[in-house]
Amino acid sequence: MTDLRTQATEIHEQFEDQLDVSVEDVEERLDTLVNEYKVPLSEARRSVVNTYLDEAGMDRDQLGGGGGGGNEQVQVADVDAPEEWVDITGKVVELWEATSDAVAQVGLLGDETGTIKFTKWSKSDLPALEEGTVYHLRNVVTDEYQGRFSVKLNRTTVIEEVDEDIEVGSDDVTVEGALVDIQSGSGLINRCPEDDCTRVLQNGRCSEHGEVEGEFDLRIKGVLDDGEDVHEVLFDREATENLTGITLEEAKEMAMDALDTSVVADEMRADVLGRYYRVTGPTFGRYVLVDDLETLSEPADPEAVLIKARSI
Amino acid sequence: MATTPTREVARRVFAGEFNDASYTFKESDDERAPVYLLLPTGERANRIFVVGTLMETEDVGDDSEYWQGQVIDPNGDRFYMYAGQYQPDAASMLRELEPPAYVSVVGKPRTYETDEGDVNVSIRPESITEVDAATRDRWVVETAERTLERIRRFQAETGDDGDGAAVDEYVAMATEQYDLPVENYRRQVVEALESLETEGVEGEAEAEAGD
Repeated sequence: MTDLRTQATEIHEQFEDQLDVSVEDVEERLDTLVNEYKVPLSEARRSVVNTYLDEAGMDRDQLGGGGGGGNEQVQVADVDAPEEWVDITGKVVELWEATSDAVAQVGLLGDETGTIKFTKWSKSDLPALEEGTVYHLRNVVTDEYQGRFSVKLNRTTVIEEVDEDIEVGSDDVTVEGALVDIQSGSGLINRCPEDDCTRVLQNGRCSEHGEVEGEFDLRIKGVLDDGEDVHEVLFDREATENLTGITLEEAKEMAMDALDTSVVADEMRADVLGRYYRVTGPTFGRYVLVDDLETLSEPADPEAVLIKARSI
Repeated sequence: MATTPTREVARRVFAGEFNDASYTFKESDDERAPVYLLLPTGERANRIFVVGTLMETEDVGDDSEYWQGQVIDPNGDRFYMYAGQYQPDAASMLRELEPPAYVSVVGKPRTYETDEGDVNVSIRPESITEVDAATRDRWVVETAERTLERIRRFQAETGDDGDGAAVDEYVAMATEQYDLPVENYRRQVVEALESLETEGVEGEAEAEAGD
């Protein structure tokens, strides 16, 4: 696509709801200015946008993105620094329960490039966002906490509902390597049964609720190592069953027979340590949460490496 | 908040190169600072991952059990490992496994000086598990790749004649501590990979002969 065509398409998108113009019309106007009157492309664009603004009876700041407003229109994956004023268009993927009265709404906003947490303060007095709806948010501020970015809505934020759907991109990462360690706290574990508390019990005690009757669960905290990097990976019950072939019921029986829960982790170590895996899933802190697991049982092809080795 | 110490990566190295290494060092004065073995291709190793054929196991302990295991790589070079009461899982694997068997070993390099003044290198295993042939073949190719990457960096750092001044800390250290041409390790890579190919060709030849 030529530069002119790209620009024309962008301008067209800004006005297609208001004006009956085609991309070709826009491109022709740009072409006349740029190629016939030798106007720089940026000036040509400004001029064409102004023409259409007049025709539509709109103000410049009613435009989404590129046309004005002052902020950069960014995508979720572009957010890489705190305290920047940006415009962002995204779908409310999840709304979470606000943990404080100061927060009106909190949740996840997503676009094609991934998801990002957003926070809307109570004192900003903004309209409520709805799950599953796409919004164009102007004047939001980026923030960072422990390496994770978020956006915060504020008093000056303009919320516009956008009548389109966005296919929200995945934040998943894929890592592979040899499983070189299964860390303590893996295997058959006991979790606190209190509401909303899933802490793992140590000697029958929850660090929050004291001595409780635990609920059994399976998990593996493992380390995948490819000889260059190490990745900590977390298998939940389903992923652990999938990896080891040992179900929660079987694990409970094993522990019952041995009068010891640690036999479960031992058995799992013997089954999976020192083998190659590829896992895919979202990251949480320093862990990759395993959604998808592939055992790399096929030997790799030596031919390509051999050619390299001979050529040095 | 104290920063969590980052876990040391497990290097991939053939036994020939591993056994040539002898120089160890620490990067801080802290008593608990990790000890690194310097590989002749110019990389530090605090942990290694090995897959090979367990050839022999023997209890070499006097008062208490102290198990030695020998794992052979495709070039016929051996990794030696020792596990005693402080490595109970690895020791019981060496006690129970029947050689020959394919095993994966994760462990720490250890060196000791003999009475003659030679430095021997061995592995103190963290875990030993029995695996299949495909895992072993995958390790051979992976180890070949990682070794080649180290050789290429070594050569790029030192220049083709090996006399250039290296910028990379560990390459510089290797040129200082060792007089071991990296060409040897390139040859080990080629031989290891060729052994996989030959295994394949022999298999095909047998299949054809059977027709």
